[in-house]
Amino acid sequence: MYQTTYHRASSVDEAASLFGKASEAKFLAGGQTLLPVMKQRLASPSDVVDLSKIKELIGVEASGDTLTIKAATPHYDVATSDTAKKAIPALAYLASLIGDPAVRYRGTIGGSIANNDPAADYPAALLALGATVKTNKRSIPAQDFFKGLFTTALEDGEIITAVSFPVPAKAGYSKMRHPASRFALTAVFVAQTKSGEVCVAATGASQSGVMRVGAIEAALKANWSPSALDSISIPASGLLADIHGSAEYRANLVKVMAQRAVTAAG
Amino acid sequence: MGVEGIGARVVRKEDKRFITGKGRYVDDIKLLGMTHAHFIRSPHAHAKVKAIDSSAALKMPGVVAVLTGQQLVDDKVGNLICGWAITSKDGSPMKMGAWPAMAPETVRFVGQAVAVVIADSKNLARDAAEAVVVDYEELPAVADVHAAIKAGAPQLHPEAPGNQVYDWVIGDEGATDAAFAKAANVVKLDVTNNRLAPNAMEPRAAIADYDAAEEHFTLYTTSQNPHVARLVLSAFYNIAPEHKLRVIAPDVGGGFGSKIFIYPEEMVALWASKKVGRPVKWTGDRTEAFLTDAHGRDHVTHAEMAFDANNKITGLKVKTYANFGAYMSLFSSSVPTYLYATLLSGQYNIPAIHAEVVGVYTNTTPVDAYRGAGRPEASYLIERLMETAARQLKVDPAQLRRSNFITQFPHQTPVIMAYDTGDFNASLDAAMKAIDYAGFAARKAQAKSQGKLRGIGVSCYIEACGIAPSKAVGSLGAGVGLWESAEVRVNPVGTIEILTGSHSHGQGHETTFCQLVADRLGVPISQVSIVHGDTDKVQFGMGTYGSRSAAVGLTAILKAMEKMESKAKKIAAHALEASEADIVIENGEFKVTGTDKAIALPMVALAAYTAHNLPDGMEPGLKESAFYDPSNFTFPAGTYICELEVDPGTGKTSFVNFVAADDFGRLINPMIVEGQVHGGLVQGIGQALLEHAIYDANGQPVTASFMDYAMPRADDVPSFNLSHTTTLCPGNPLGIKGCGEAGAIGASAAVINAITDAIGKNNLEMPATPDRVWRTIHAA
Ligand SMILES: Cc1cc2nc3c(=O)[nH]c(=O)nc-3n(C[C@H](O)[C@H](O)[C@H](O)COP(=O)(O)OP(=O)(O)OC[C@H]3O[C@@H](n4cnc5c(N)ncnc54)[C@H](O)[C@@H]3O)c2cc1C
Repeated sequence: MYQTTYHRASSVDEAASLFGKASEAKFLAGGQTLLPVMKQRLASPSDVVDLSKIKELIGVEASGDTLTIKAATPHYDVATSDTAKKAIPALAYLASLIGDPAVRYRGTIGGSIANNDPAADYPAALLALGATVKTNKRSIPAQDFFKGLFTTALEDGEIITAVSFPVPAKAGYSKMRHPASRFALTAVFVAQTKSGEVCVAATGASQSGVMRVGAIEAALKANWSPSALDSISIPASGLLADIHGSAEYRANLVKVMAQRAVTAAG
Repeated sequence: MGVEGIGARVVRKEDKRFITGKGRYVDDIKLLGMTHAHFIRSPHAHAKVKAIDSSAALKMPGVVAVLTGQQLVDDKVGNLICGWAITSKDGSPMKMGAWPAMAPETVRFVGQAVAVVIADSKNLARDAAEAVVVDYEELPAVADVHAAIKAGAPQLHPEAPGNQVYDWVIGDEGATDAAFAKAANVVKLDVTNNRLAPNAMEPRAAIADYDAAEEHFTLYTTSQNPHVARLVLSAFYNIAPEHKLRVIAPDVGGGFGSKIFIYPEEMVALWASKKVGRPVKWTGDRTEAFLTDAHGRDHVTHAEMAFDANNKITGLKVKTYANFGAYMSLFSSSVPTYLYATLLSGQYNIPAIHAEVVGVYTNTTPVDAYRGAGRPEASYLIERLMETAARQLKVDPAQLRRSNFITQFPHQTPVIMAYDTGDFNASLDAAMKAIDYAGFAARKAQAKSQGKLRGIGVSCYIEACGIAPSKAVGSLGAGVGLWESAEVRVNPVGTIEILTGSHSHGQGHETTFCQLVADRLGVPISQVSIVHGDTDKVQFGMGTYGSRSAAVGLTAILKAMEKMESKAKKIAAHALEASEADIVIENGEFKVTGTDKAIALPMVALAAYTAHNLPDGMEPGLKESAFYDPSNFTFPAGTYICELEVDPGTGKTSFVNFVAADDFGRLINPMIVEGQVHGGLVQGIGQALLEHAIYDANGQPVTASFMDYAMPRADDVPSFNLSHTTTLCPGNPLGIKGCGEAGAIGASAAVINAITDAIGKNNLEMPATPDRVWRTIHAA
């Protein structure tokens, strides 16, 4: 009853067709989320279609004002990519903070955003940088892609192929790690576009997943400095609360992490 | 000492197999025709088991049997026992409910087994387990110790009204009250000692193999004490007599106490292997480990300390509620009593102590000994009290401790223990020097200018190890004697096998025990092997826990060595035509002192076994055994000082420095000792900052995976600065005190004392998570 058939796809088209033929298929990338869930028998796909060996899905590229990370690129590659570090250092830094080395060697950006864990790191970067999610069918702006806890705009069988990030004027990331899982207890990504727009996204904080923080955006737009946030108070309502962090604590972290992210962004 | 003798930093012999993946653990063993067990466990904290329908499961592929708790009852398999009888203050024996290996009627904690599926493979057993339908009737549950003792609380066992196992006292209440009546100052403190999940790297496992022709069982199990397992399984569970039960504990991947106890799974495996006529294997997974390995700590305490006008301690009053979980595990009853309250004098002269301990049942996983077992709870309490007192009395915390230290030995405390030796000033001095205590104020000011709150925390711990004098523990209710046994076999070619009743599950016995032999005989340790963990090979043993392997186990080896050497000297003297008194042992040779006449050990051994030319009347062979029963506990002690910074914005703690000055008596292998201290310190820091096994109000575990239960990792802890101030233990010939638990006993108070110093607020519970620290900083 928990048998599954493993397929290794060698192209995006082949993956899509394998998916279509199976009764209840799942794409597999780094397996850092899917495999533990299968081991716990909380998911039992009839077929698993592995995307992680598809060449066209791996790599980090910069052209003009855009940095593109292909979907099956592991976190480790992003964290150590000179291209990423040069274009958006805050993004490479974010990747270096995900989980532990084993997770970073296997886990991928596509898997991370497809899963949309409310405490995952990448969603904050996508939202704050105004990234675009490319799939085998369309392009989806980040703000339309994340639809709440573990929910995205992806349709059944749709494959993320890449994420493209406009290179910002400034960006910074600051993360308070969950002491057990190392996901974000709360983390904030701040970005200032080349045209001066400010966008701030927090992850690990809200009950409905990654969120923009309007009050902080407004304050930073007026004055891009940590002290601009001194008098801001983030309401605790609607924030996550668990044994590692109360809603009040997370509200505090949204502000403190934002201040530190601004410092890091310079 | 020689390059491989006592005191040498010999690289661990056993690590070659461990780091090359060649260790042989229970789960690595595969027997012909072996079946696999999967337990069906209660999802409820408290429920009646109304019916178990296994008909669908029995039809599934590969299923051999589905066995239930009722069948255990029908086969008259005994209930699990608690091996230490405690008497309440009113003279009544402790009150215990029965703990069947699988529940026939009532489940009392999440994870308690109600049935087991035996199948051809692990996955088939797991598949079939999902098809077994258990009909539960949920009952109200209680997880919190204070809630459990309230009138009207859900009751766990009819035998224990009010969920109370015992109400036990120690010390002189009248004298303590009198001290408080005259006190110039009284310091009060409420502390919780958080519940911990032991989390050995290797989950528990068992393979039972029944031989019908011989009516003989073999049990491979993850045990710290295979002989004790055999004794208990034979004497109480009606499974097999001792001579028909062989228990093997091969390589075991950590225990920390949790593998001392007899658990339901190995009992069921034994019983099931006879029922199905095939070997039965069970390997727990991490979730099962969280749910069913005995937890540690879980005390709630109120304490008061009385001081005279000169800041000398005059009395101590303690009341502790100990959460035992749903059943009394093997040694659980002794942990908050004789292993805890007997250490409440700490390193201090306290003329009068009175402690009361109430043991309480709750709908949670059973609690038993975990690294330190009672002593971390005592040490944490006393060292938090001393720090609180220093703050209240406005004196330097190190000075307050120093002025109350015991300096004359032996010292009889008011709570049973008689400390044999120690030098508490020496370890305090060493630690203060190592951390530059005097320069702290300047460093604190410097940190403040950078927005960080810096704190320093002292912890002067003492523990009782080397358990234990059998007569003493027997008089206190222990069901067993706590001696150790050993055998030395010199083979005809001169190689040496040491058989020990101690068990190594990470401690490095295969190296340290060889070092004693190398030290005495001058042979390389490559010629010595250590045999342990098999009741068919080793004559008897009480196992490894309570930092006893060197102090007790190695001393037993020494006793056997002395007997062997004495015989070997007679043989050598006979061969060399010299007087026995003139024979000395050097570099693997028996020499006539002051001459160049010598005979090598292999020749002596060969002579012993050929028996062609032995002294008149001497038996052939060169093999001796010994039992060693210690005369007292040993008392490792030391000072830990921690310096850290708290980030006021996040409440996060970062270590600046952590120094440990320990007195363990003689060190056999300083490198291994350092490893033991490192591991212990990390566990103590883990308790202080990260770890907490939490249940919700209905008894559902909240932290049953590593995604929620925060284990310390390398980047959570500092690089430690260790040193030793040695006073030799007078109680055993090697002068050893033991080092296995010290870190876990002393570290947590140092951390909490430092954080509370940094934030300038004294009340802070463990684990001091960033959220908790932040809220404490910003509380009105
Ligand atoms: C111990 C641990 C710690 C972690 N810590 C962090 C952390 O700190 N921060 C953090 O952000 N994450 C963390 N993670 C999660 C990690 O980042 C994973 O990489 C991520 O959850 C999933 O990525 P994956 O490549 O492993 O995807 P998989 O597990 O293979 O797949 C996850 C889901 O995404 C789908 N999917 C995968 N690729 C695609 C694609 N190209 N198109 C469409 N759907 C796709 C799969 O079908 C599946 O449903 C942690 C994980 C673990 C195990």
